[in-house]
Amino acid sequence: MIPMILFNQVNKWYGDYHALTDLSAEVKAGEVVVVCGPSGSGKSTLIRTVNRLEPIEQGQILFDGIDIHGSSTRLNQLRTRIGFVFQNFNLFPHVSVMENIMMSPVKVLGTKRSEARKHAGELLERVGLSHKANAYPAQLSGGQQQRVAIARALAMKPPVMLFDEPTSALDPEMVGEVLSVMRSLAQEGMTMMCVTHEMHFARDVADTIWFMDQGQILEKAAPEQFFSAPQHPRARRFLSDLLN
Amino acid sequence: MFDVFTILQDHGMLFLMGQYPNGPLGGVLCTLLISLLAVVFSFPLGVLVGLARLSPWRGLRWAAACWVYTLRGIPLMMVVFWTYFCVPLLIGQNISGFSTMLCTLVIYESAYIAEIVRGGIQALPQGQYEASRALGMSYLKTLRLVILPQALFNALPSLVSQLVSIIKDSTLGYVINVPELTYAANQVSNQLLTKPFQVFAIVALSYYIICFSLTWLANRLESWIANKRLNAQPLPGEEQSDPLFFANRKLNKETS
Repeated sequence: MIPMILFNQVNKWYGDYHALTDLSAEVKAGEVVVVCGPSGSGKSTLIRTVNRLEPIEQGQILFDGIDIHGSSTRLNQLRTRIGFVFQNFNLFPHVSVMENIMMSPVKVLGTKRSEARKHAGELLERVGLSHKANAYPAQLSGGQQQRVAIARALAMKPPVMLFDEPTSALDPEMVGEVLSVMRSLAQEGMTMMCVTHEMHFARDVADTIWFMDQGQILEKAAPEQFFSAPQHPRARRFLSDLLN
Repeated sequence: MFDVFTILQDHGMLFLMGQYPNGPLGGVLCTLLISLLAVVFSFPLGVLVGLARLSPWRGLRWAAACWVYTLRGIPLMMVVFWTYFCVPLLIGQNISGFSTMLCTLVIYESAYIAEIVRGGIQALPQGQYEASRALGMSYLKTLRLVILPQALFNALPSLVSQLVSIIKDSTLGYVINVPELTYAANQVSNQLLTKPFQVFAIVALSYYIICFSLTWLANRLESWIANKRLNAQPLPGEEQSDPLFFANRKLNKETS
């Protein structure tokens, strides 16, 4: 079985700064990968290369066997199959919650509005925000906005969801509601790649943890092993810093 | 003061619509018509030039930048003369003063509108563009559905003041015999000979009323949209507990 996402010798530079170094890894279908590491280690850069929000200079990233950074790749079509959730939600403030969720299915996939509305309603119910369908993003709390953003990404029925620090911009009391939505997604077998600092979430939900530093994955391990007996010294230091 | 009313009584129709229906449409109506047409044509042109300034294609960016910098670097009067003398040479036949002035205004104002649009787009968070692209929307769909609706709304105050300035700029049509308000006023003043102050007071007041009411209308529109976004009607029976709800100015007033 081919992996859902495959990184093959990926290199990326910002000017002289080497952001990703010879990075190779894979995400299998149904796997939940949590990427962690100190800030500046390249976690966000890595996850943004998966749907080509960031270009790479060398190497390959295959999504379902298709080279994402290939020049002949039909990028827009590919992106409809990769859900992406941002740190800052990035809801469209000029349209209602319902329209936020319906926009892309209607305008990109050509779904009928009635059908898109029905699906959006189901998604809103799933993230517990049915009563906010007609609200505008500015009326919602951060946690609510992020849940709408997840629903918006799910509206495209993507086989893979990417989360780029989805709870980092939230007040502490709102982190839980977002994580619980993500947790239920993982339990339903969604393939997920998630950059986060929520170590409890990582321990409970992840199948695999990737520990990154300086543009490299230093350690790939199951959570029990990573948290109890990290192999790499940098990972040990990272975890002990977290505890203190 | 009394003079003003007498003048309005005797020459009111000339101020309002020039020689019409016995001659070309003039006066206030001509001013409004030329300004309206100038807005109708220069706005889409300005948006296109503004988008071209930010486009991914270098040639297009460069051409748009030339257009904008050239036009912003010369006085409107020069553009009026250039259009007046060059366009007949180019197309081989005379065109009316009205068409000349309209062309001039469209070309000239498009440069300013382009810069307003560009500013509006660049002020948006990069995340809006990224979120739209990440959902699979193309560059053009992103512009049409996500970027422009927000950018144009945010730029509304600047756009309106540009619109108002189109009305004021149309006075320059006077020098190439466009029978607009200023031209009509000058005709009246020449007939009366001794009352320039009163005549031009009427003109100034007319311009002021037109421009002020437009600004007022635009402000109403702006707060109406802002209010709609911030405070959409909640569904019946819904509890309102969001702290942001009270960001609505009207409610603040009621509760404080």
